[in-house]
Amino acid sequence: MSQAVSAVSLPAASAAERRAAVVRLSLTDFRCYARLRLDIEAQPVVLTGPNGAGKTNLLEALSFLSPGRGLRRARLAEIDRRERGADTAAPWAVAAVLESGRGRVNLGTGHEAAEGKSTERRVVRIDGHPARGQKDLAQYLSLVWLTPDMDRLFMEGSSSRRRFVDRLVYGFHPDHAGEVAAYETVMRERGRLLADGSADAAWLDALEDGMARHGVAIAAARAEVIRRLDSAAAERTGPFPVPRLVLTGEVDAWLGEMPAVAVEDRVRDALRAGRSHDAAQGGAACGAHRTDLLVTYVAKDRPARDCSTGEQKALLLSILLAMARELRGERGEAPLLLLDEVVAHLDGARRAALFDEICDLGAQAWLTGTDDELFAGLRGRARFFRVLDATVMPR
Amino acid sequence: MTGPEIETLIQLLAKLPGLGPRSARRAALDLLKKRETLLKPLAEALDLAAERIVTCTTCGNLDTIDPCSICAGAKRDVSQICVVEEVADLWAIERSAAFRGRYHVLGGVLSALDGVGPEDLSIARLVERASASEVKEIILAMNATVEGQTTAHYVTDRLAGTQVQVTRLAHGVPVGGELDYLDDGTLTAALRARRSV
Ligand SMILES: Nc1ncnc2c1ncn2[C@@H]1O[C@H](COP(=O)(O)OP(=O)(O)OP(=O)(O)O)[C@@H](O)[C@H]1O
Ligand SMILES: [Mg+2]
Ligand SMILES: [Zn+2]
Repeated sequence: MSQAVSAVSLPAASAAERRAAVVRLSLTDFRCYARLRLDIEAQPVVLTGPNGAGKTNLLEALSFLSPGRGLRRARLAEIDRRERGADTAAPWAVAAVLESGRGRVNLGTGHEAAEGKSTERRVVRIDGHPARGQKDLAQYLSLVWLTPDMDRLFMEGSSSRRRFVDRLVYGFHPDHAGEVAAYETVMRERGRLLADGSADAAWLDALEDGMARHGVAIAAARAEVIRRLDSAAAERTGPFPVPRLVLTGEVDAWLGEMPAVAVEDRVRDALRAGRSHDAAQGGAACGAHRTDLLVTYVAKDRPARDCSTGEQKALLLSILLAMARELRGERGEAPLLLLDEVVAHLDGARRAALFDEICDLGAQAWLTGTDDELFAGLRGRARFFRVLDATVMPR
Repeated sequence: MTGPEIETLIQLLAKLPGLGPRSARRAALDLLKKRETLLKPLAEALDLAAERIVTCTTCGNLDTIDPCSICAGAKRDVSQICVVEEVADLWAIERSAAFRGRYHVLGGVLSALDGVGPEDLSIARLVERASASEVKEIILAMNATVEGQTTAHYVTDRLAGTQVQVTRLAHGVPVGGELDYLDDGTLTAALRARRSV
């Protein structure tokens, strides 16, 4: 799939041609929006307005143009618009006209209220035809986002950093999501068997084989992408801090020392040896779910978690901008950037550098903030909208 | 609004896969409208099925005879057994006409979370069949789902004590792809390119 995309990459195209951009966005019953239609150009978009106006909701709607659970990781039913006092809600839908070097395509997605089923499903339509799955969206568009929720990424436990790494990997390898889901399934199954005290060694063998195969595939993809982003970020100069990215974890270390098949064997052995320990402790002591991402501010030789709030934000931005450049190199067009309340934390020099980088990338960035003055540096290079009570008006 | 007979009919129809309460009501209404052309023939067919169709005690297939017509078929190759999850998968492979051996239906896949263990599947019977001297090859045709692959690994392990060669379908099959949804050409290719495990 990704090959088909890179086959049409245009090496020396101008910024305008190298952009994938939403030129029309329509929302129906999406959170606070009963109906919204927004016609825009390929330029960056600035959305400003007071708290609760609907800015993040708009970015969240855009985030559903890629596979996954969107930038809030919300349950689908949570997004259905609820009127004050009412306890029923209509299922939401997002439609977008996407324009890129390959022409126009209509993408649609929404919550399907499946009759007689309790499981919720997100349907995807491409040019009016049902897609086989969300994964098909990745062929048309890639998305990179940064939200205030991610401000604590370096301070929190490792699971959110792992999720962050995996999301970086999805951008390059859409199949990674399937591997992660498969890994989690076999790991849960093994946990259940161990908790039940089941003595069926062959069944455990089968599950541990699954953990080894999927886990090593996951770790290998992570290693490749992190290495790539690390060197892409290192090439940059300017006001943005250069981060060093290192994956820490047993499996990650083994992958650096031996061939992948040997790592699989090693994981299998470790899991077998760890059965009684894991039965007592829960979880699994070895595997791809133990990886962490260590980020260091190179110039200060300081781990990201010890950096200031603004520095942490800038480090994250450095990683995501490196990602955007790599994606552009691979796909021939820059990804959409969803930057929710990003500029407020940045000093003037970094703000200006961010705006220049966005324009230089030729990315359709969607930036939000409460204060319109912070975006002065983008005047003439972006479209400005005012968001107020779920309406979006040009400024 | 409706009598208990109609309500029962609707409730039973709603238990069919793919039918929710609303479509079950529609189906019930349709059946009642087409009493002579649909309802009665369907009732007779159901009656006959309930009376005659049995599960083959050898392979788990559904047929009116036991052993089923595949197990009893004189033209079937007795040296190969193709292991599938469900009868629907057996049907899919039969439709492709790519396989001339016999089958073994497991009746599901291992799933600790759903409480399905080895004793709930027809695995002991498979090991027994694999021990017969005429059987040379066991082809594992489980779905490419996580549970399908775990089950395939488990069955391979259980067959380790026998003399048979164990092979697997070559999976150009996407993860989560179910055999029943594959076109015949893909299935045929997957069978031809099967590999040893
Ligand atoms: N399912 C829903 N139905 C209706 N309204 C919702 C739903 N979910 C969220 N909202 C409302 O949408 C409004 C806008 O939220 P949003 O997060 O987009 O605001 P914002 O403009 O990003 O504000 P801030 O500047 O505080 O981040 C909020 O008032 C919120 O309560
Ligand atoms: Mg917000
Ligand atoms: Zn039979």
